[in-house]
Amino acid sequence: MLREIRPAILVLVLLTAITGLAYPLAMTAIAGVIFPKQAQGSLIERNGKVIGSALIGQEFKDEKYFHGRPSATVAPDPNDSSKTVPAPYNAANSGGSNLGPTSKALNDRVKEDVEKLKAENPTATVPVDLVTTSASGLDPDISPDAALFQLPRVAKARSMSEDAVRELVTQNTQGRLAGVIGEPRVNVLALNLALDAANAK
Amino acid sequence: MTVIGWIQIILFCTIVIGLVKPLGWYMTRVFNGERTFLSPVLRPLERGIYWVGGVDERREQHWLTYTVAMLLFHVGGFALIYGLMRLQAVLPFNPAGQSAVSEDLSFNTAISFITNTNWQNYGGESTLSYLVQMLGLTHQNFLSAATGIALAMALIRGFTRSSMRTVGNFWVDVTRCALYVLLPICIVYTLFLVWQGMPQTLGAYVNATTLEGGKQTIALGPVASQVAIKMLGTNGGGFFNANAAHPFENPTALSNLVQMISIFALGAAMTNVFGRMVGNERQGWAIFAVMGILFVAGVAVTYWAEASGTSLLQAYGLTGGNMEGKEVRFGIVASSLFAVVTTAASCGAVNAMHDSFTALGGMIPLINMQLGEVIIGGVGAGLYGMLLFVVLAIFVAGLMVGRTPEYVGKKIEAREVKMAMLAILVLPLMYLGWTAVGVVLPSAVASMANAGPHGFTEVLYAYTSGTGNNGSAFAGLTGNTLFYNLTLAMAMFVGRFFMIVPAMAIAGSLVEKKSIPASAGTFPTTGGLFVGLVIGVILIIGGLTFFPALALGPIVEHLAMNANTLF
Repeated sequence: MLREIRPAILVLVLLTAITGLAYPLAMTAIAGVIFPKQAQGSLIERNGKVIGSALIGQEFKDEKYFHGRPSATVAPDPNDSSKTVPAPYNAANSGGSNLGPTSKALNDRVKEDVEKLKAENPTATVPVDLVTTSASGLDPDISPDAALFQLPRVAKARSMSEDAVRELVTQNTQGRLAGVIGEPRVNVLALNLALDAANAK
Repeated sequence: MTVIGWIQIILFCTIVIGLVKPLGWYMTRVFNGERTFLSPVLRPLERGIYWVGGVDERREQHWLTYTVAMLLFHVGGFALIYGLMRLQAVLPFNPAGQSAVSEDLSFNTAISFITNTNWQNYGGESTLSYLVQMLGLTHQNFLSAATGIALAMALIRGFTRSSMRTVGNFWVDVTRCALYVLLPICIVYTLFLVWQGMPQTLGAYVNATTLEGGKQTIALGPVASQVAIKMLGTNGGGFFNANAAHPFENPTALSNLVQMISIFALGAAMTNVFGRMVGNERQGWAIFAVMGILFVAGVAVTYWAEASGTSLLQAYGLTGGNMEGKEVRFGIVASSLFAVVTTAASCGAVNAMHDSFTALGGMIPLINMQLGEVIIGGVGAGLYGMLLFVVLAIFVAGLMVGRTPEYVGKKIEAREVKMAMLAILVLPLMYLGWTAVGVVLPSAVASMANAGPHGFTEVLYAYTSGTGNNGSAFAGLTGNTLFYNLTLAMAMFVGRFFMIVPAMAIAGSLVEKKSIPASAGTFPTTGGLFVGLVIGVILIIGGLTFFPALALGPIVEHLAMNANTLF
């Protein structure tokens, strides 16, 4: 059995060097050449400044922007590092609410959000994704229904016609891949950038 | 539930079934030491490793030596991860300036990765440096997966060899698995993932100024290379805290589909490897059928439960299912399917928060793990786990007809049945035992995020996942405490090695027996009767063990939910 000690150390060291260093570093180099944009995080720049990533949701509160889903991400409390405070769309600490189906806290939050949205658009049905937090807290998308729900508000805040805004929503709606895989969705940041661009014209 | 949803599920199943034969063919060649199309490149590297390590690839090992070699290999792996985490602050590749990880969290994480569990008490982007992610976690993702497959090969040789003493050479099996199976697939897979949008960089986190002028720090890293092996090796430990729900760790519906397929690919192919090695592929397909039937049943329940939503959401007129803790790009169906896949297969990656699933939707992942993760299962581990159940099922069948039971030419006798029972019974001891402690100790109770039966389920899920070496969580539970770090580490350790050692003892016992040809009195193990019998044994043993615990958790919560009781 003692003869197994040498391979236990040396085979481990060699395989570690191959799989833990050579492989990730080589992949970093190759991916950086073939897919430089994705490898760096699909960052979006406007006027030379990074304004976010195409894949990472960000917080929108302004009436003239479409809003994303509620986010349950947190950050350390600046006053007490053992506690956390809500920090929606914190892309350095992803996570969900983890509240279960019989949670009173979840019930209260959903109730409040539903009432707010009903006040904003009393005629339409509230889409479920607008009042539920995503798993990562960084969901970049909303459902097409959730975009159409917010359409009257955004059009009014921007003094645009609803048809013009609807046109942009349609352009930024992605369907299922090959008509089958995934769910239809609207990337909120892309849609809002398109809105800003349309206004700037 | 929708038609398009079921089409996605059928598409997934079809692709997995299609991969079983070609992957099984390739892996059989690799483990038989035959030439493959990659040999010209990899063979010199392989020989170099044996030369440096002092391994004679023709010298085979007795099952005890094989097991000791495996354990020694893990001691080294443990030391490496623990050391890297404790020292990460002074080591390179740490652009975010992460400080040293605490003793108990480092201990928990090291155990977690060497046991192929990848339980996430660490926070990923908020805790670990790039060096730890690569040299610590990525490497162990490869090696714990390779170990699982190596052990399954040793057990298969127990069945196929007649009157021998050795079961193979551990160093050769691990090296060949890592070099010929895992690494080539991961290289192609990584590039696919980056193409889909997954970062692969050593650059620092990016500070962005959002459209509304807010500050957003975006965590990055060498994500794709780790995610490839995390899925393929059924490891499941996330680069980011939110695991495969994070848009960087699973950017598109396509990346999601491929990730689910890669979780099942090798485990499913192992059934074919088994069939080929015992000389009858139908033996492998029979085992695959057992797994497939249990899997589809689980998918149907979870998909139905999540699509039905919760009474809480319905009360506010919200339709479209339970979207709390799910991502829009995956929706209900891909989130439900992923949850069943990841727990059937001992992977533990998540693309939705299981803690926020409906009571019944979240119960299926729990049951998958409590059945011993034999529905496809972890790479290698799923097959040897399933073979333990097969031994029991054959034994039961033998009792019924009064004949000495035999399976693929080997007599199943007292020693094999005892060892199989030991391996199967040690699992509930860990997850039920520690759950009982966890719901009594006040400091442990304080870790629950949800009150009422859901809080109980969080604790039960944690120990079940740890013992089953799954790694997924009802993540509301604050696991990064001294109590949970230590007790979960123990559950993971026992769940892995107290299953491996009896399985290896069976391999050692079987390999010495003579192979006997099938006769008219042999119970056929390729037909529907056998499949039904094995499913029955799995469900009866599982059901009797954990039904009472489920009644206290998800079942009572489901009833409470329908009565509109909140906690």
